[in-house]
Amino acid sequence: MANWIPLWLHKLGSPPTFYRFAGMLRPWAMALALLLGAVALYGGLVLAPADYQQGDAYRIIFIHVPSAEMSMFVYAVMGVASFIALVWRIKLAEVVAMESAPIGAAFTFITLVTGSLWGKPMWGTWWTWDARLTSELVLLFLFLGVIGLFHAFEDRRQGARAAAFLAIIGIINVPIVHFSVNWWNTLHQGSTVNIFGKSKMSWDMLWPLLTMMLATKFYYAASLFNRVRTDLLALEGGKDWVRKIAEDEADR
Amino acid sequence: MSALQTFFTVSGDAAAFLKMGGYAAYVWPAYAVFFIVLIADTVAPRVRRRRVLRELRARLARQQARQDRAGSNSTSTSPSL
Amino acid sequence: MSRPGLLTACIAMLRRDLTLAWRRRGDIAMPVLYALIVTMLFPFALGPEDTLLQRIAGGVVLVTVLLAMLLALDAMFSSDIEDGSLEQLVLAPQPLALMLGMKILAHWITTALPLIVIAPLMAAMLHLPGAVIPVLLLALLLATPLLSLLGAVLVALTAGTRRSGMLLALMLLPLCVPAVIFAAGAVAAAQQGLPWLAPISWLAAALVLAVVLAPLACAAALRIALDA
Repeated sequence: MANWIPLWLHKLGSPPTFYRFAGMLRPWAMALALLLGAVALYGGLVLAPADYQQGDAYRIIFIHVPSAEMSMFVYAVMGVASFIALVWRIKLAEVVAMESAPIGAAFTFITLVTGSLWGKPMWGTWWTWDARLTSELVLLFLFLGVIGLFHAFEDRRQGARAAAFLAIIGIINVPIVHFSVNWWNTLHQGSTVNIFGKSKMSWDMLWPLLTMMLATKFYYAASLFNRVRTDLLALEGGKDWVRKIAEDEADR
Repeated sequence: MSALQTFFTVSGDAAAFLKMGGYAAYVWPAYAVFFIVLIADTVAPRVRRRRVLRELRARLARQQARQDRAGSNSTSTSPSL
Repeated sequence: MSRPGLLTACIAMLRRDLTLAWRRRGDIAMPVLYALIVTMLFPFALGPEDTLLQRIAGGVVLVTVLLAMLLALDAMFSSDIEDGSLEQLVLAPQPLALMLGMKILAHWITTALPLIVIAPLMAAMLHLPGAVIPVLLLALLLATPLLSLLGAVLVALTAGTRRSGMLLALMLLPLCVPAVIFAAGAVAAAQQGLPWLAPISWLAAALVLAVVLAPLACAAALRIALDA
């Protein structure tokens, strides 16, 4: 089929190999996530000075922007994995796509709530129907839809393929929604939310933000590894390698 | 600086930190949501993993029991699993 | 026996579905009654003040038609799945996408067209100015097929699963947001005396795209859902 795929990548697609690989990497990913997160939070909450316009309320940015960025990142990963799952029917791609959805939903939810909590003191409103917020809300519905559709099927692999199809439809839809809400706002003179106006961020505020973005990526990897490992156990329940693991863990 | 002055400075800083310039009611709930949701996301797969392995072991035990019964009953024609 | 031509097959498919729908013509009345009743609720909920009702009339009619169509979407494939004729269709030599396109057309004729016919009545109940009603009808004429086409893809995905109608709503409504925005935007623009051709053009463009792509996506979705 595809001779250009290097051997190690091909091997990685095999469930027991990936199980071991992910199991090895997960503690490191989690440790990095926690370490970088702690550093970022210290930098953001303690070291960085208060913004001259927004006072201390702007500090929500250190969790809001990374969460927003992660919601988009997970959505992209889910899209790529869904595409691979549909075209090449690779089991691992199906699992990665399906297990990315709850993590993506979590980050999208955090983005919406923290954004709302930031919006109230700053712009006087809990919510506004501008393009970005509305697209983020639609993204949350997309994640929830993928999760719901996946669980509606008896056969996990078939459910994964159906939900992957929905994910790809949704991926095309989110930019369309963004565009149409933008247009709608010009008609209704809605307000657009501008994070920092025309001022650039100072380095004191920027480095904790970037560090936190990196930390959340490692967290996503760690959480994904964990979830995929469990899913592989459930999927491959009849196989010997799973049996061995089940027996080993019983002895502990 | 005397110890007393240091104490007051540090505790004053701590109080100011918690107040977040008056925006505490917004900042701390936001951070709380962040941590609570991500902790839930970390814990849920672990719970599921334990459940999956538990069910798997139970299923293996049932299969084993069936095989033992089939093996001990030498005249039985029941198919082995 | 020679294989029937493509056009013959399409007409046969259309005729079959329309005949089946006509045999259950009581079902055609359901979405219409639902839409009328829901539209009636708004004056009761918001008060009979003319200016308020006028402002919301276009949007309410649009959303109500959308919800009525959502309720009827489930039935697009359900009876065919139950008696196995959908699987026969998948196995048939005719291109599946084209056959599904005909099914979607039949479904639109039996569910959306009646709604479009009573749309002026719903608009009048909410005091929408008479001059705006043609724009409303044009918007509905473009938006409802779009909804049928998108809905068909999603109904195909859930074909034969033990799912609730709520899941379909959760999946479909976010997809409909752009269509609702442009359709309602056109009506609102017309109401304010502003040019309304731009949003209508966007709707038409989306519809053309959907007419070409949705049947193909529907066929792919059906294959995923039916092949265990």
